Amino acid sequence: MSKQRNQADDQNRNGLKSKAIDARANYEETLRQAGYIPRQQATQDDYDRIGFMSGLEVHQQLLTHKKLFCNCPAGLFHASDDYDAELIRHMRPTLSELGEYDGTALMEFKTRKNIVYRVKHQTTCTYEVDDTPPFPLNRQALDIAIRISLLSKLNIVGEVHITRKQYLDGSIPTGFQRTAIIGVEGEIPLKNKKIRLIQLSLEEDSCREISDIGHYRTYKTDRLGMPLIETVTYPEMVNPDEVKEACDYIRFLNRSTGLVRTGIGAGREDVNVSCRGGHRVEIKGVAHTRWIPELTHNEAFRQWSLLLLRDKLRQRVKKESWKIAHKRLNFFDFKFDYEPLVSARDLKHRIVAVNLPEFRGLLSHFTQPRQCFINELSDRLKVIACIKKPNMVTSEDLCPVVHADEWQRIAQAFNANENDAQLIFWGPEEDDATALETIEERCLMAFDGIPGETRKSFPDGTTIFERVLPGADRMYPDTDSAPISLSDEYIEQLRGELPREVIERYHQMLEWGIPEDTYTYIFKKNLFGLIEKIVTDLNYSPRFVGTFIGHVLKRVEGQYGPSAGFGYNRVYDLMKYLADNNLHRALARRMMAVVYQHPSMDFESVLTTIGFKRLTHAELLGRIPFLSKKFDEICFVDSPGNRVNWIMGQLQASALGNIPLADMKTEIEKLTA
Amino acid sequence: MNEDFFQGYKGHALELLKQYNVRVWGQAEVETTRGNFSGTVLPRSENDDDRHIVMKIVTGYNIGIDTGTITAMKEVGYKKANYKIPEKQFPVTPGLPKVKLLGTGGTIASRLDYRTGAVIPAFTPGELYGAVPELADICNLETEKLFAVFSENMGPKQYIALAQAIGKEIEKGVEGIVIGHGTDTLSHTGAALSFMVQNSPVPIILVGSQRSSDRPSSDAALNLMHAMTAAGHGDIAEVMICMFGPTSDEYGLLHKGTRVRKMHSSYRSTFRTIGDTPVAMITRKGITPIKEKYNHRRKDRNVVIKPYFSDSVTMLYYYPAMKPDIIDSMVDMGYKGIIIVGTGLGHVNKELYPAIERAHAKGVHMFMTVQTIWGYAHMFVYDTGRDMMAKGIVPIGNMLPETAYIKLGWVLGQTDDPEEVKRLMLTPVNDEITEREPYNGYLVYQGGVPEVEEFIRKVHK
Repeated sequence: MSKQRNQADDQNRNGLKSKAIDARANYEETLRQAGYIPRQQATQDDYDRIGFMSGLEVHQQLLTHKKLFCNCPAGLFHASDDYDAELIRHMRPTLSELGEYDGTALMEFKTRKNIVYRVKHQTTCTYEVDDTPPFPLNRQALDIAIRISLLSKLNIVGEVHITRKQYLDGSIPTGFQRTAIIGVEGEIPLKNKKIRLIQLSLEEDSCREISDIGHYRTYKTDRLGMPLIETVTYPEMVNPDEVKEACDYIRFLNRSTGLVRTGIGAGREDVNVSCRGGHRVEIKGVAHTRWIPELTHNEAFRQWSLLLLRDKLRQRVKKESWKIAHKRLNFFDFKFDYEPLVSARDLKHRIVAVNLPEFRGLLSHFTQPRQCFINELSDRLKVIACIKKPNMVTSEDLCPVVHADEWQRIAQAFNANENDAQLIFWGPEEDDATALETIEERCLMAFDGIPGETRKSFPDGTTIFERVLPGADRMYPDTDSAPISLSDEYIEQLRGELPREVIERYHQMLEWGIPEDTYTYIFKKNLFGLIEKIVTDLNYSPRFVGTFIGHVLKRVEGQYGPSAGFGYNRVYDLMKYLADNNLHRALARRMMAVVYQHPSMDFESVLTTIGFKRLTHAELLGRIPFLSKKFDEICFVDSPGNRVNWIMGQLQASALGNIPLADMKTEIEKLTA
Repeated sequence: MNEDFFQGYKGHALELLKQYNVRVWGQAEVETTRGNFSGTVLPRSENDDDRHIVMKIVTGYNIGIDTGTITAMKEVGYKKANYKIPEKQFPVTPGLPKVKLLGTGGTIASRLDYRTGAVIPAFTPGELYGAVPELADICNLETEKLFAVFSENMGPKQYIALAQAIGKEIEKGVEGIVIGHGTDTLSHTGAALSFMVQNSPVPIILVGSQRSSDRPSSDAALNLMHAMTAAGHGDIAEVMICMFGPTSDEYGLLHKGTRVRKMHSSYRSTFRTIGDTPVAMITRKGITPIKEKYNHRRKDRNVVIKPYFSDSVTMLYYYPAMKPDIIDSMVDMGYKGIIIVGTGLGHVNKELYPAIERAHAKGVHMFMTVQTIWGYAHMFVYDTGRDMMAKGIVPIGNMLPETAYIKLGWVLGQTDDPEEVKRLMLTPVNDEITEREPYNGYLVYQGGVPEVEEFIRKVHK
């Protein structure tokens, strides 16, 4: 009897087992169905096919002495364990001015985070931690923001209104960022089109995150309150490269003023992406513009794939009748040897199985390279329910860690349909309810398409869920600050002091014949002015100066890393020295590395260091007869060309800087003819 | 057109809105010499100028448009915002204590006021439940809005009305009372209620917030939860102020209404018990008493309400070059009681003596407190002190100046017999004068000192 039942059981098992899904194959298959292709192979046609659309929010710190709303110094940073005091805050959602609660706010409230701030006296006063109301807005910052707004062709507002923008992640202790619109409706020129700008705002920078573990998130407040501008474009970029081009342009424009901060974290961008039928998703804090193309490409395809998943799901089941079921598992009833599950048992965490009706083949559905729908669930579980990863296993893991037999037993326990999928998550008991809610919520969203999210970027071009996308519902007038009126006279005065536009500079450099591969470096370092000055004051050829800076200086900088005390004006001094002393410009190439590493060394000493000796033309040319004789002795093939080249080679080092090499060649030819 | 269509606009801005037929809450397209703008026209603060029109643009930000730059304007839509905290019926849970929340105004619950651009109080149990649903786990709440005034506008009338309302509630059987109040004069009201409501069988908790509840990191929600816990579950049946202990969202402190003072204009942890320790610490889990002795909760309803107050009392904050005419003027104006806030142990200069004598002769009651806030008025130490006592000034120990002012008002509301006034002033109702000052009653740590720096690094501020 019992034997019979075992047999039946086995049969049953084998029957189901034969139908067990090959998650990896399913992943590959869905990748193909979604039409995903690597970016290198993608053409505009591919982006048109999926309706690629992207816009930018470019952040740029301004070069001011003080912070935006208090008198703390700006631009001083501390190590994470270097602090004087800590304090704790919690954030609660509040209503916007229009009387709405914001979705992100509600999500953050759900996470029940303890926010810890590490404060250092030197960079933080009672304003940053919200124990003192704001001081009047930093005028230096306002000045810079207006200049950049004018360069961006924005319509400048008549009165600046400080607005509170809610951020409940704790990155700002008040729970909101003080921010103000300076201009609206501008544009920037790209090579082939114009991109319209929505607005430019002046705002305070947020805290830097130290860690986010479980229910504790820790920040430091050194960067908090530093003046920052945000330039927002319309979503008018139609392929990944265009997004990068627009971003570069905005950053170069900002830098062209010389009034913004540079270095790590001084410029950051959020990239908004969607595909046709998708939803705006904001990729936050992209640190390098070179990451943009891969990130936007993948995000557009992630959405495209999720839309495919949605269509499949809708064919199988109606959203209204879809419901998850869950069961608490006893660890010892199963053969779990997956380490995180074992430690969940040791930590007395709850282990919960969930049945997802009709999700077979959807859990392992492609979303991004090396990622599938499971990641969408697991990422949210970490962020919203604060359960650290790994936090779940599923019946469709790409690398299975729980045996198919166990999955089958779980499916049976749920009396599951063969089109269902199952997962197991684990975590502290108190996070249980939120976790279940989160899983169900994300699955239900799959019926609708793409949830509005902000996502964090990785260097490999993929992204991870960060927060629910906030809307306009999180704005509130700042009742602590009075509006600031901007007069026509003030604006016109600033307009009179603007640098030339980046696009004009671009065309000027083209006209000068400076090779295009130098432009990024020149704009990034804001060196156009230096080129112009050397050309105008010292009468060098623009092509030479541009190439020298964009190639030689860039290479030297890259090779030797940061050099204390070196300023780009030293290049001007070098050029002037050569001109004043009638030395040939070619010497600059050899001197640059020494000048860069030892910026205070006088140029005579630099010349000695590189072994340069001043020789008259007569002295140099006087060596030619001797060398010509020597060539007679050692040559294998005597031809006029070989002779001249060999003599050139012998004299080059001494000649460099004393006589143009072309002139010397002519002289050698003359003397050896 | 109704004036309301142009909420807060005046002068040039108002003319323009009328000229182009654009209303507040209208969606407008505006052409200006600085380019085009579009958005919803918002009300303007009354105190702001008449040269700008405020709009909310589509991204949710507000901007102002200079009326001098406007060349054309058109209303293309209309949508009035409805700023309202979602109101939900406050649930009744059997077994939870019944707490009454009396509203007076202040930032404990507030919303935006377009008239001034500042926040104004808003207050119903439904709104409170909508904003702080956790309250329903603590108590069964009833609320009553007694007045809606900022705390600086609280005065004798309100103290008396509050005391009488409290008396009625206690007789009706509530198990605790919470009073929502602005923080500026929270301690004055705390003192007034300590004198007017005596022998209360239930806790009477005053609570406010240093950051209005329209801000995500407001202390209002936690303060309310603490106050409800203290009122509904606490065993300490006294008039107390419940506010943040540290600036961190960690615990609150319960201070005696007679011994507490607001010590910082904006900090969350601004309230401090002076010259003693607070009565207790409080978290959402409950109360941890700090003081061993306090009045315990009782079942009876034998509260004594003494709703008296004379407003012919004033305070004199002494400064070195003060002339006698100040005191003379006070007397001439008809003030019957003066709380002098003297230097050091309780001193004023000799030049004032004749004025003090004149005041005394006219039956004005004068009491001495100290500007140092901490410590006792000791008028026997120096001759000047003895001189003044001889001229009729009575030192009142370590009573805080603000408490002394409230107490003298309360006393003179009952009697003007000099001996009785003196007796009442010197007989503490609830520790407004203490016999002892414990060594930890005066702790003002000095930043920069190594051990203090070590302490604040270790312990959450």
